[in-house]
Amino acid sequence: MERKPALLTVLDVVAILVLLIAAYLALIYAPTEAVMGAVQRVFYFHVATAWVGMLGFLAAGFAGVMYLVRHDLKWDTIEVAAVEISLVFFFIAIALGSIWARPVWNTWWTWDPRLTTAAVTELVYLAYFMLRQGIEDPERRARFGAVYTLVGAVSVPITFMAIRLFRTIHPVVIGTPSAAAQGGFAMSSSMKVAFFFALFAFTIIFIDLFWHRIRLGRLANQVEQARLQAQF
Amino acid sequence: MTPDTSAYMIGGYVFFFIAMGIYLISLALRWRNLKEELKILRSEEKKEQL
Repeated sequence: MERKPALLTVLDVVAILVLLIAAYLALIYAPTEAVMGAVQRVFYFHVATAWVGMLGFLAAGFAGVMYLVRHDLKWDTIEVAAVEISLVFFFIAIALGSIWARPVWNTWWTWDPRLTTAAVTELVYLAYFMLRQGIEDPERRARFGAVYTLVGAVSVPITFMAIRLFRTIHPVVIGTPSAAAQGGFAMSSSMKVAFFFALFAFTIIFIDLFWHRIRLGRLANQVEQARLQAQF
Repeated sequence: MTPDTSAYMIGGYVFFFIAMGIYLISLALRWRNLKEELKILRSEEKKEQL
């Protein structure tokens, strides 16, 4: 069993610190938006969690490619770690968006192109775990997972571009919004500080959790091997 | 006039910290259970070798 690297402990501390700073910037430092009020502050963590969710899904696709090229199961462990963390972050992003939408759009949910593509992406990766559980052979499971995440990664740019390509009520904060967008706003300089710091903070938190989850995957592989040895 | 939507903001951040907390606890529990299982399997392996 490998010992916890000192660098990972340092990263844990840094992740907690940047999370606290990001929360301070979002909740106290950034000004209250005049039209939406305090609920606009949810936006900082909503975008940041969606960003790391998409980052992880793309990382899983990359790990899938690496597995198909190298046939090394360590890439399968990395892929599973990336998908699991991204599922959690992306779910949080969808839920935060829904909480923001209630007072701004007067509804928790609407089948808008962005919300629909985000929900489809989440379900695609949820199905990944359900389908993996049905395959016992590790090599076959890894091959299936690699192809699945590679195909699934297509949903990420579609979700990202949905608010730029389709007529949607979802606001575009950076770029040109759709004419139908509701709840958009221009960011002041202190809002931009809170926004970009949240993106940075969640990238650090993602790397930290990713490392922990990869270690957990390696430990699970060791247990699986020990179980097999115990059987023979 | 700016509307009072602070209840949604608080709800959003409470949800975030609870969800993150649940995930961190799940990681810690899985790690602990796997470590214990590995310890048992290795001690059984040693017993068999003796």
